[in-house]
Amino acid sequence: MPGFDFSNYNRNLALHAQGVPLPKATSTGTTIVGCIYDGGVVIAADTRATAGPIVADKNCEKLHYIAPQIWCAGAGTAADTEFTTALISSQLELHALSTGRKPRVVTCMTMLKQHLFRYQGHIGAYLVVAGCDPTGTHLFTVHAHGSTDKLPYVTMGSGSLAAMSVFESQWKPDLNEEEAIKLASNAILAGVWNDLGSGSNVDVAVITKDKTTLKRNYITPNEKSAKLQSYRFPKGTTAVLNEKIIKKDDIGRYVSVQEVPVEGGDKMEVDA
Amino acid sequence: MSAMFSQNPVMNGPNYSFSDAPRTNNGEFREHRFNPYSDNGGSTLAIAGADFCIMAGDTRHTSGYSINSRMAPKVFRIGGSNSDQSDATIALSVCGFAADGNALRDQLDTVCKIYRYRHGKPMSVHACAKRLSTILYNKRFFPYYTHAMLGGIDEEGKGAVYSYDPVGSYEREQCRAGGAAASLIMPFLDSNVNFKNQYVPGSGVGHELKERERHPLSRPVVETIVKDAFDGAVERHIEVGDNLQMMVITKDGIEEIMLPLKKD
Repeated sequence: MPGFDFSNYNRNLALHAQGVPLPKATSTGTTIVGCIYDGGVVIAADTRATAGPIVADKNCEKLHYIAPQIWCAGAGTAADTEFTTALISSQLELHALSTGRKPRVVTCMTMLKQHLFRYQGHIGAYLVVAGCDPTGTHLFTVHAHGSTDKLPYVTMGSGSLAAMSVFESQWKPDLNEEEAIKLASNAILAGVWNDLGSGSNVDVAVITKDKTTLKRNYITPNEKSAKLQSYRFPKGTTAVLNEKIIKKDDIGRYVSVQEVPVEGGDKMEVDA
Repeated sequence: MSAMFSQNPVMNGPNYSFSDAPRTNNGEFREHRFNPYSDNGGSTLAIAGADFCIMAGDTRHTSGYSINSRMAPKVFRIGGSNSDQSDATIALSVCGFAADGNALRDQLDTVCKIYRYRHGKPMSVHACAKRLSTILYNKRFFPYYTHAMLGGIDEEGKGAVYSYDPVGSYEREQCRAGGAAASLIMPFLDSNVNFKNQYVPGSGVGHELKERERHPLSRPVVETIVKDAFDGAVERHIEVGDNLQMMVITKDGIEEIMLPLKKD
């Protein structure tokens, strides 16, 4: 059966009636923007993810791949933006394969809005869709309820007002690539500084008819300051009441052991 | 439609009627409500040393996702003989609803000033702490929506920190974090000021292990801990940031230090 699993619906309704609150979803309380220029389109996003007043992720990715020349910036419920863009990306890839043509941005936008409208706003995805296709350069916004806009410059998320203030005061027609990137990243920075739901770094994606350039962490104005002293505990600080050592060879009898390279991968930042 | 908001009743138009008063989903009359409280975020921290006391707070003032001010101090000198409070010996920090915090500060300051004029000497922290509790309890059924803390030097010359709940329950403590990021900072303080859950390595086996003993921290160490605590809170709490205000209270008076914090 395709679609969502509603089998817990009635149980959760009963729990809700007894006063059990809904679990809190991670929201990308976000600033995202997009801006068309001569020869392409640029989209940008901040990198803060929040759960209420707590920062859940300081460097998350809000720029989602849809097709090589179509990218999407997402605000709202993190899981919804992630899965909605992945779903449409998959359908668009199959569509491109079966038609033998490059996918179009309007097609992507239409699929997104029809999907979101079907769920009446319960899928909390607020998107900025941008890309280049054989019909030209396009920029759209898609709201969770299914409405769309087509504009030369757009902003979304909790920082949209801060970001729009930059566009409304500095945008002009016929920008070049450099100016467009500068304007979009400045709009994100307005959100980063003035909206509590947005913060950390600026990600930028530049799409032209020839290629897409993803500039991950294009601006990093919020590096963590170093701790003034070390907070390492001397070995033996934690009480050990009993100790049992199981060697790798022994545990191999119960589970399969695989060597993993220590270096590489997305390492988490920790203090020394 | 606009007729609904005008004062005069109109003919043939939508207007207020007693038989059709607005009701909630449960069928009860819907009353107009006003919430006198709001939350202005921010966090405070106080640590007592052997012969000094540090009161700290960030200077961000928020409502919802907006920043109202990046320089709105939460720590105040209390009970000086003049308006610039240059000879004050006690500091008050307030966190939560900023308007109540300011009102509480003004009331406590007035009380301390009157005491000074009547007795010809400044109030002791001990006395001021009790008085603050009384002020808070006086509004038991319409409380000051704040987490208050009082810092000073006690009659033996030792650093003193008193912390309060919104209705006046209070306690003298070694250290306390308050406000939005209290739950983030307090465990850090438990570990680094009171050395909780720590044992001396190699001092015994199993339950024989000796607990790491507490000792009074020096002023530079406390300042370092305060700065690192706030840097940590800023990283993970959206309502904390902009500047760190520290008041260092010693027998020679109160010194104020302002340090920058992250502004995103």
